[in-house]
Amino acid sequence: MNTTTTRLTADMQQSAARLEQTWRDPPGILGWFSAINHKTIAVRFMLTTMGFFLAGGVLALIMRLQLARPENHLVGPDFYNQLFTMHGTTMMFLFAVPVMQAVGSYLVPLMLGARSLAFPRMNAFAYWIFLFGGLMLYVGFLLDIGPDAGWFAYVPLAGPDYSPGKRVDFWAQMITFTELSALLEAIILITTIFKMRAPGMTLNRMPLYVWTMLVTSFMVLFAMPSVMLASTALITDRLVGTHFYNPAEGGDALLWQHLFWFFGHPEVYLIFIPPLGFMSSIIATFSRRPIYGYAAMVLAVIATAFLAFGLWVHHMYATNVPELGKSFFTASSAMIAIPTAIQIFCWIATLWTGKLSFRTPLLFALGFFFILTLGGLTGVMLASVGLDLQVHDTFFVVAHLHYVLIGGAVFPLFGAFYYWFPKFTGRLMSETLGRWNFWLFFIGFNVAFFPMHLLGLAGMPRRVWTYPASMGWGDMNLTATVGAAIIAVSVLLFIINALKSRRHGAPAGPNPWGAGTLEWGTDSPPPAGNFVAPPVCGGRYPLWEPDGVPARVTGLDDDRRAILTTTLMDARPDLRPTMPSPSIWPFLSAIAVTVLFIGSIFTPWAVVWGAVPVAIGTTLWFWPNRKSTERQVAREVRP
Amino acid sequence: MTRTTAPLALLFAAAGAYAEPAQSALRPAGIQAERIHDLWQLTLAICALVFAAVLAALLAALWRAPRGDAATPADVSPLSRPEPRLRRNVLLAVGASVALLFVLIVADFQTDRLLNRMPLADAVNIEVTAHQWWWEARYDDPEPGRIFTTANELHIPVGRPVVLKLKSSDVIHTFWLPSLHGKKDMIPGRTALLRLRADQPGTYRGQCAEFCGFEHALMAFLVTAEPNDRYEAWADTQRREASNELSAQESRGRQVFMERSCVMCHTIQGIGANATFGPDLTHLAGRATLASGVLPNNREQLAAWITKPQQQKPGTNMPSTALSQEELDALLAYLGTLK
Amino acid sequence: MKPSMHESGALDVSALPTFGFGHRSLMWWGTFGLMIIEGTVFAITVAAYFYLRSHSATWPMNAAPPDMFWGTLNTAVLLASMLPNHLAKQAAEKLDLKKVRLWMVVCLAFSLLFLAIRVLEFTSLNTRWDSQAYGSVVWMLMALHTTHLVTDAYDSAVLTVLMYTGPLEGKRYVDVSENAMYWYFVVLSWLPIYAVVYWAPRY
Repeated sequence: MNTTTTRLTADMQQSAARLEQTWRDPPGILGWFSAINHKTIAVRFMLTTMGFFLAGGVLALIMRLQLARPENHLVGPDFYNQLFTMHGTTMMFLFAVPVMQAVGSYLVPLMLGARSLAFPRMNAFAYWIFLFGGLMLYVGFLLDIGPDAGWFAYVPLAGPDYSPGKRVDFWAQMITFTELSALLEAIILITTIFKMRAPGMTLNRMPLYVWTMLVTSFMVLFAMPSVMLASTALITDRLVGTHFYNPAEGGDALLWQHLFWFFGHPEVYLIFIPPLGFMSSIIATFSRRPIYGYAAMVLAVIATAFLAFGLWVHHMYATNVPELGKSFFTASSAMIAIPTAIQIFCWIATLWTGKLSFRTPLLFALGFFFILTLGGLTGVMLASVGLDLQVHDTFFVVAHLHYVLIGGAVFPLFGAFYYWFPKFTGRLMSETLGRWNFWLFFIGFNVAFFPMHLLGLAGMPRRVWTYPASMGWGDMNLTATVGAAIIAVSVLLFIINALKSRRHGAPAGPNPWGAGTLEWGTDSPPPAGNFVAPPVCGGRYPLWEPDGVPARVTGLDDDRRAILTTTLMDARPDLRPTMPSPSIWPFLSAIAVTVLFIGSIFTPWAVVWGAVPVAIGTTLWFWPNRKSTERQVAREVRP
Repeated sequence: MTRTTAPLALLFAAAGAYAEPAQSALRPAGIQAERIHDLWQLTLAICALVFAAVLAALLAALWRAPRGDAATPADVSPLSRPEPRLRRNVLLAVGASVALLFVLIVADFQTDRLLNRMPLADAVNIEVTAHQWWWEARYDDPEPGRIFTTANELHIPVGRPVVLKLKSSDVIHTFWLPSLHGKKDMIPGRTALLRLRADQPGTYRGQCAEFCGFEHALMAFLVTAEPNDRYEAWADTQRREASNELSAQESRGRQVFMERSCVMCHTIQGIGANATFGPDLTHLAGRATLASGVLPNNREQLAAWITKPQQQKPGTNMPSTALSQEELDALLAYLGTLK
Repeated sequence: MKPSMHESGALDVSALPTFGFGHRSLMWWGTFGLMIIEGTVFAITVAAYFYLRSHSATWPMNAAPPDMFWGTLNTAVLLASMLPNHLAKQAAEKLDLKKVRLWMVVCLAFSLLFLAIRVLEFTSLNTRWDSQAYGSVVWMLMALHTTHLVTDAYDSAVLTVLMYTGPLEGKRYVDVSENAMYWYFVVLSWLPIYAVVYWAPRY
């Protein structure tokens, strides 16, 4: 029984109408700020992260214009130093990690057959915190007090002696905002994935994308605390005179590097692992077969996550940490290539034995193979201490990181947008524009970044606002700038495609790609409660397998936000809790927390005074409503 | 050569070298950089091979697989039956990758060992301290009277090991001389060592490679490698104090130096100017460049650097000094005697 | 063959309970996530303590180790508070409102006590956060744990009030149970920090 709205019985239509009423966002301005439906928040989140992506891209364009010619004076060193700091910070903290969580927060419940994410109010709060942190940073930048010590802010340059004023404080506090948001999202995703899967969706039947989000979320829990401690210690060094990083008083400049990179290396895998899930989703659908090697794929992702925590010193080869230690990190940094290689080979095996459909999502996925593989191989080069000592802190590293991040994350992300846009909006994006988008991006990217490998080998360090004409670097830089311009055009095409298709794209229906996972088993866009009747899961690709959806869940109230939770391993039905209703308190609490965080840049007392509104906001958020409690009690079933 | 033409010739040669400085990791001129270059070539070959193989496999898969679309029924049979051929091929590919990675790791370790075992007999010891945004170099010697200090431009003997002790007086900088070796960070509160050797004569350019503030981009240095006897001659010159045989204008220039702000930051040996906030200028006229490798060392540039340093190197710590034309001419004349 | 969805069945879940304790509850998992995060923060800060120590010839740097008295007393108080905490948890899992109220008030009394002693601990650390790196990392460890004490005390106070004023439903007993689990964490995570702050500088 297909439960998309076109084929409902009269009973079910009434139920669907009630469900819509129960789960939709409240109307009006107040309602807009009180909304907690996971899809609503996810769309806001995605749009905000893409906004930051565009901002970061514009900053990069200005940098490329400055570097296009030697001894150029388009911008001076002060502004240029802010540009590359803001570009890196925006892309890493305000785009790359959050966008993956944002897409996940839309898709994961749908793929699991669930009506909601766990902790929906906290999900809304996490979005607001993220938004306010990003805005704070950009307000600082636009007021010419933007950070200028690089996106990883090495001390002592970023410390109180050499970066006076508030610039670096804004940067460090932005980290507090975004790290809080990411940690909360991680808790939400882990809880959802463990406890809210459709009955019958054993761990063995979970989509590979959901595995990547689970693994990534655990990584967030272990990695973010390190940068949290690092940035807090930096703020206290700068604000209240602690000496964590001050060698004159027993502190150590390398303590910052260890703490930062212990987070920083896993961070790039936070960015890279969810797109591995996009790849699996897209390749399966457009090869018309399941991904080859499910167990290997899952183990490869888990292995990558573990190994990622053992690599961080490879960012520090040029320091005087002990040589024997460096060798260990060479081995681990090279070894992490193996699980990624396993995944690449399994995908190729899938494509080899599939029936291929070269739609835009698949094109972007194929771009990954070229660009990420090249970037991964330069990563193997960088794993070597000797080679790294030549190319560290040069444009070679800039090339490497863009090849792995853009090839490994942005290309699959664009593929994911083309793939799931119909699910989000009910309309397909234009294939023609999509093809132009892809090819321009692919060509522009390689024209922009390949020459940077050569520039690094030819002696050009990174983070330089200009370079002498006599070095002979001018032509390659000009080429890179041309490439950047081509990328800009391709991104513009993407925006045009998205805006046009939103209004005039071909109607998609529930499953335009003929895909196999549960999110395609409901309307596009999904109703407020995701599924009119939640599915029971009978296989890894429920919409492809006979008996993939052997039954539907009944008995969940449709006049309150009732959900089903299932057991961890076998996904047997367990409890019927009720999700909280929309509330303004997550938004107001986020404002209170923002005031506390920003205030504490200026005075430590803000932590004390600011705690009061935060306490009030969070208490009222939690405090139950008498009427709805009575309704709950009336239908309570005790364990 | 007379006293006046020798430095000119040197300037010419240095300027010529400056016009095309060697700063490439791909053109090693010393044993350490050569070992790294050897590793580079092996690694590049293996990585290129792997890249080509992966792409070939992908393109073959794309080319030969039949086409389908959304309406094509998905083939779920792999969920219930094993795929032995795919399994074998994937395992082979993984095995090959592991083997090649192993080769690279072994080569990496071997290179690391070699880099750490350069012979050090008869080494020249130089202590380099990085400042925002220039390089201070102190040539050590067991005999204290033979220790001398210079800035931004080093000379080293070809064929003899050089041990660099790297320090920083403010933020983290990095000493990078790609023609001769990989880079090493200079971290305040720590001392790092870099051991290298030039095996070919020439002038090599290095640059700070750790973002260190405003003028990170313009913090370069030059290292001239020359036969040992010429190196010793240079070192002897560096040990001498500034000359006292000055013309009237040159004396006037020395007076300007001592009475204006110059003396607050700069050392010139032998005249009582001993500040160390800025580079040691005792042998300024013998250098090819000014402002840590940024400007050619000639009269116009020197005048511009003294009077309008922010225009040459925005953010520099060198203050602009307002001088009358007479004062400036005299000062330049004096500075020209500091060979 | 078009993918079929002939679900012959309906899986009727209407008899399932509407709340449950322990890892059946979503709140348990939220608390679990928070424990991983905070535990990692503590672990990394302890690592930073030993890292700084390994780079210093003397430890503590220019300071005497913290006085043992208040810290040890507070450790005893914290450990003792685990008893009323456990009893509150048990009572909640039996849905016994009277006992929940009683033991949560006792817990609250303990929290006031250990917060007061914590203030005294800060006065007897024998170093300031801005004296040297040793002082900085000791204060950081103490401040991080104190933040947990404060927020846990506040959470518990709010829950206690709710238990008296209502509105109550089954879910609130789960909240009490999860709050107790977090309390365990705050107490037990103190033990390694206590060892590091008070004992490590003496060896």
